[in-house]
Amino acid sequence: MKPIIRAKNLSKRYRIGSGGHASLRDAVAATVRAPLRRLSNGKKGADNIIWALKDVSFEIAPGEVVGIIGRNGAGKSTLLKILSRITKPTAGWVSLNGRVGSLLEVGTGFHSELTGRENIFLNGAILGMSKREIDNKFDEIVAFAETEQFLDTPVKHYSSGMTVRLAFAVAAHLEPEILIIDEVLAVGDIAFQKKCLGKMNEVAQAGRTVLFVSHDLSAVNALCARTLLLHEGAIVVDGPTREVTAHYLDTTNKLYSPITWTDFPREQSVEIQLLAATIRQRGENTTAVDCRQPFTISLTYENLKSLPGSRFFILVRNGKGDLVFGTSDYDVMSPESMDRRRGRFQSEVTLPANLLKTGPYYATIGADIKNERVIFAENDAIQFEVYESGDDTLAERHKRVGVIAPLLSWQTSEASKPQS
Amino acid sequence: MNSALEVQTESPGEILINSEGPGFRLGLAELWRYRELLYFLTLRDVKLRYKQTLLGAAWAILQPLCAMLLFTLVFSRLARLPSDNIPYPLFAYAGLVPWTFFSNAITNAANSLVGSTSLVTKVYFPRLIIPAAPVLAGLVDLGIALLLLVPLLIYYRITLTWQLLFLPLFICLATLLAFGVGMLLAALNVKYRDIRYALPFLVQLWLFASPVIYPLSLTPPKWKWIFTLNPMTGIIEGTRSSLFGLPFDWTAIGVSLVVALFVIALAAFFFRRVEDGFADVI
Repeated sequence: MKPIIRAKNLSKRYRIGSGGHASLRDAVAATVRAPLRRLSNGKKGADNIIWALKDVSFEIAPGEVVGIIGRNGAGKSTLLKILSRITKPTAGWVSLNGRVGSLLEVGTGFHSELTGRENIFLNGAILGMSKREIDNKFDEIVAFAETEQFLDTPVKHYSSGMTVRLAFAVAAHLEPEILIIDEVLAVGDIAFQKKCLGKMNEVAQAGRTVLFVSHDLSAVNALCARTLLLHEGAIVVDGPTREVTAHYLDTTNKLYSPITWTDFPREQSVEIQLLAATIRQRGENTTAVDCRQPFTISLTYENLKSLPGSRFFILVRNGKGDLVFGTSDYDVMSPESMDRRRGRFQSEVTLPANLLKTGPYYATIGADIKNERVIFAENDAIQFEVYESGDDTLAERHKRVGVIAPLLSWQTSEASKPQS
Repeated sequence: MNSALEVQTESPGEILINSEGPGFRLGLAELWRYRELLYFLTLRDVKLRYKQTLLGAAWAILQPLCAMLLFTLVFSRLARLPSDNIPYPLFAYAGLVPWTFFSNAITNAANSLVGSTSLVTKVYFPRLIIPAAPVLAGLVDLGIALLLLVPLLIYYRITLTWQLLFLPLFICLATLLAFGVGMLLAALNVKYRDIRYALPFLVQLWLFASPVIYPLSLTPPKWKWIFTLNPMTGIIEGTRSSLFGLPFDWTAIGVSLVVALFVIALAAFFFRRVEDGFADVI
């Protein structure tokens, strides 16, 4: 069958640093030098140039549902932006044999002063629907969003959940031949998320081609038969989702640990310099954590001056952005007993087994002085992936409600009968 | 590795995305397909314009009206400027109606792209629609402002002539010119935010260079051609002629038409050249 999407040698180069607002003179100079730069591959340091995508080629057949996974900065968003025609590739090409609908954000173009009804039409038109299409689906959209009684109320009076529901409802009723979705499932409450997943499944079942980018490996597993793994702007693996996600967890392990901050200067505090952050499990550095085993987060840092009363903290967020927990080295120590002299230190914290749900996590690392000030905070300094090894009966708990999946022991015994 | 791809003939599909620019293609067919989006964006601009204002759409009349009162006081009463034998307030208002439309249209259009960052970086559609919407929305204000002319014409006992039939022509010309200038400024503003600061001065300078406050007949004959090169001259003088039955200055109107067409062609060409990069620089 003729592929519906064909991408060949797609590459995208970004200039960083000057922020794109370069002077006219720079723009001319860059154009003149462009052929040479392509040869030099834009190596780090030479110029402020990064290749967000590099020679990416793939084909997608009509009706395929394909997942795209990879770390932050792997090039997923750039690929989606090129496929959605928002930005042009620097080299290579894509051909698309059908109408493309892309959802890179929920509620693009929503205006808070307009009513729900007005926003449905505006947002629908922005996403590429005709007025007739919107008219035909209007009731369906409203029913899906569950906002019937507020249709003529300005969206600014909606709760954020309602706004998101309405926005997703419009998007879900888009019927292009090719649907491109970026992480939009991470919205709303659990019940609504389930509804969205169901709707996506419906779209896929209807024979439309879907490209789905997500951090949530379980959602990718559930929806997509095939998955592309991007790393540093290139496709590393392209194949059945199970194999690709397994490979992802595996490479994640080898490529990303430990994380050190010594190679390049960071705008950190002048008081504390974070040097390295590592995750260890079973004595090895890793960023793919088996939830059946405890694991350790280890921080190496240098106090550039004496900081009495300071404490280190770690905030762990999951892939949906929920704060799962926060912890600090005050938890079991008293501030007075902490060694806060100048010099290099290492702090470690061990997390118990069978606590976190499977999925991606981001840990923010920082230090502060309680009730006073934050000394530094490195947002999402480490990323790690939690997976579950072993039998499926225990894995069931990851599907439960809530942000954690603790394995708790229950005891049941026969209760003594009340004395009569 | 790409052998499966190499053997196939590289026939492009319906849509081909590559690094090449659009060349001289204007993409009118695509614009036509997105006409409903233009309609909805225009509608949004119209609805939002006077949201949360006390006086609402009255502002469409108040803006030229206040300027008229001010100009009458300063330039007619104090400076004794002539006004082609038309009562000065009426003379000024007739010039201010197209001028207010034009200056608001180019200001709103110039800031339109920068004000729609999320649209530009998250969805695809022909970017030309973004600066076009505020220009079209301005036509509603223009219509409202024109309404006040009716009582003014009656009060000053001006009889309308067949020349009124030409009024739509000048409105079209003003729209075309506003669209061209707005498009150009909007595209430049994406990359060079200087536009935002330079624009108020440009608008003010343009006001004084146009025969809004004074009649074109006041300019020295030797320099008249320079004033005529300003496309707003033909539009404003033409509007007055069609309202008051004065003779048309066809040279000025012709120049306006040519300049407006040139500006819009230049703007469209420039806009198409740079629009692919908007998402990367905005």
